[in-house]
Amino acid sequence: MLAGLIPASIWEIWNSLPPLVQYLTVVTWKILFVTIGVILIVAFSTYFERKVIGSMQGRVGPNRVGPLGLGQPFADVIKLLIKEVVVPSKSNRFLFVIAPLLTLIPALAAWAVIPLNDWYVIADINAGLLYVLALTSVGVYGVILAGWATNSKYAFLGAMRSAAQIVAYEIAMGFALVGILMAAGSLNLGDIVRAQSGGFLNWFLLPLFPLFLVYWISGVAETNRAPFDVAEGESEIVAGFHVEYSGVAFALFFLAEYANMVLISSLTAIFFLGGWASPFEGIGFLEPLADIPVAGLLVEGGLHWLFFKMAFFMYTFFWLRATFPRYRYDQIMRLGWKVFIPVTIVWIVVEGVMAWFEIGPWAGLTG
Amino acid sequence: MNRLASYIKTFALWELLKGLSVTQRNFFRKSITLEYPDEKTPQSPRFRGLHALRRYPNGEERCIACKLCEAVCPALAITIESNVSEDGTRRTSRYDIDLFKCIYCGFCEEACPVDAIVETRLHEYHMEKPGENIMTKDKLLAIGEKYDAMISADKAADAKYR
Repeated sequence: MLAGLIPASIWEIWNSLPPLVQYLTVVTWKILFVTIGVILIVAFSTYFERKVIGSMQGRVGPNRVGPLGLGQPFADVIKLLIKEVVVPSKSNRFLFVIAPLLTLIPALAAWAVIPLNDWYVIADINAGLLYVLALTSVGVYGVILAGWATNSKYAFLGAMRSAAQIVAYEIAMGFALVGILMAAGSLNLGDIVRAQSGGFLNWFLLPLFPLFLVYWISGVAETNRAPFDVAEGESEIVAGFHVEYSGVAFALFFLAEYANMVLISSLTAIFFLGGWASPFEGIGFLEPLADIPVAGLLVEGGLHWLFFKMAFFMYTFFWLRATFPRYRYDQIMRLGWKVFIPVTIVWIVVEGVMAWFEIGPWAGLTG
Repeated sequence: MNRLASYIKTFALWELLKGLSVTQRNFFRKSITLEYPDEKTPQSPRFRGLHALRRYPNGEERCIACKLCEAVCPALAITIESNVSEDGTRRTSRYDIDLFKCIYCGFCEEACPVDAIVETRLHEYHMEKPGENIMTKDKLLAIGEKYDAMISADKAADAKYR
């Protein structure tokens, strides 16, 4: 594919390089593309959020910077970059500065194992699901450190709330993923998607619907988004863990939050909605469409399908935020420990029994 | 039985879906935003904005320094001094309105027997230096001259209700 586009002389130089250098070059470019893609999606999802919530509240949202206000994310970035980073004098300076990085890095690093389509994965490892679970948990350290290093009671309260919440929902999330594991029989995210190929009836959404709900709601709680945003709780504890952050440091927190949202949206799409797979696969009368240039994209799987599914879940994030008031703290704990964990355990048992006796939509899930 | 029904409702996220459907319906509704500098809300001819002093068509000042407006002003924003002009009529030598005190109630306009002091529709004004909040007689007369057409039209529109 590439051989025809690139002149032969460059191709020769490339072939003369040692394999390790070739490998590192390719991986670096892959990382670069994914990172820039994620950051662009994050930038425009802030715009998307403001437009969506604006529409739901009868407003128009940003429309002044550039056509339709599309320049708004860049205006915001420039504004944040030229602002001063104020470090409180009684804070722990080192941790204060490093905390935003500690939240952002796991959010971006988790993309290493996310399959964007059949072949585009940075690291096609077999423990992908474990890796994702580990990295999404590590993100909370940045929040806790930020709250502690700030040396402010509001930030500290926010950090404590965030920690308790993430511990509670991590368990439900893990159990929901056990269901995926049983259904797909693999920890490799690519294999999980391949196990769901063949149209939307084969998606795990159907047999694992309760787990999907638990996973999605836990995901919203994990990212500290409304209605679970007690860690920020601007009406109670000012802004939670990032009260004292400004300028670039705040921008990093903001970036991390949205990167996590994009990550959770993509993961939900991969686990329950067949990732890059097209929902119209394996439908007889649609098969001839595959040869037509644009309509073929509808039938064929690919990055665009993952993007659509991700965008749908991002929309749901904003939709939830526009609809629900913030949970009270004890209600969050009750929901996490006393509802989600039992529900997931029950459904894992149901799934196991049904799959063993090959009943209903669970018949194919013997892994 | 009731309890079972409520459990089923809870686990089907019934209430949540109802709430979500409300926001989703609003999502498709037209937004009611007016983009202010480009679009403006309609104004009544009775709008009470910046003050103006009017003149008769022959150029004579309407104000006869009766001080009714000064007396009626609930915020004590109006200060009037009067003397006798060259033609022997009573005229104001000083007519100040402090815009910081003024509450734009329109009582001065109601009290005026000769329709001299009026509140115009102008509401997009600002002060840049201390002291600019005092509207002197000259400034008020200048506004009255500049927006005479608008003021006369508003007065005519409201006349049949008085």
